[in-house]
Amino acid sequence: MVFLWAFLIGGLICVIGQIMLDVFKLTPGHTLSALVVGGAVLGGFGLYEKLIDFAGAGATVPITSFGNSLVNGAMQEADQHGLIGVITGMFEITSSGISSAIIFGMIGAILFKPKG
Amino acid sequence: MSNNRKKNLTSIQQQYQTFAKDREKKRPVFKNCIKAFFVGGFICTIGQAITTFYMYFFDFTEQTAGNPTVATLIFITMLLTGFGVYDHFAQFAGAGTAVPVTGFGNAVISAAIEHRTEGFVLGVGGNMFKLAGSVILFGVFSAFVIALIKTILIQWGGL
Repeated sequence: MVFLWAFLIGGLICVIGQIMLDVFKLTPGHTLSALVVGGAVLGGFGLYEKLIDFAGAGATVPITSFGNSLVNGAMQEADQHGLIGVITGMFEITSSGISSAIIFGMIGAILFKPKG
Repeated sequence: MSNNRKKNLTSIQQQYQTFAKDREKKRPVFKNCIKAFFVGGFICTIGQAITTFYMYFFDFTEQTAGNPTVATLIFITMLLTGFGVYDHFAQFAGAGTAVPVTGFGNAVISAAIEHRTEGFVLGVGGNMFKLAGSVILFGVFSAFVIALIKTILIQWGGL
């Protein structure tokens, strides 16, 4: 059942992105940035976690979850260390996405030759 | 084109702008949305399969299993980007491949591979986040503002 919800919610978030691209004529960069900010706002209100409980990977795979986990990481540290935790804890949870992008980007650049 | 910028154009330029707008190809919004929905949904379903795998075999909970899933998806993206398959998907699916984290991975990895000819330090290192940088910048900054407000409300507002 969670697979179906993952499919529907994930697809829906992509449709929102597609509408921003086509109807509002934003560039992909603007669209993705707006989605990340949207995810951060939802995460700030604690709504995104409910979406993850509900839709699983349908909520964690789209880029919106990046904003959510940035906020959550910052809040986790802020609970322990106060205001300074907002900065020290920022990448606590998101680390996997960014570090794997950097690591696999480097490996890709070593292994593959540019085409065309 | 906003009205503000139109004022600075001569009348011939304005005529051209309206002319060009009429001839602009209408984007098949509905069709694109359907494509984005199915491809995006499909990627998330694969993500769910990977999440389930990590939850069963490696003791992750529903909340934490997202992290290894993202890493795995970016690894798959590296292979697809390297072999030149991802571009074809992306052309077909639009936001369906851009919005999931694979799009973020693709932006980083394709920039890294593309600029490899300029050397590893200046080319790969300098250009890796050329496209994905805005996502990180706005994500981090908005998260900072939101977490700051929330912390202040909790600590001094007694929320």
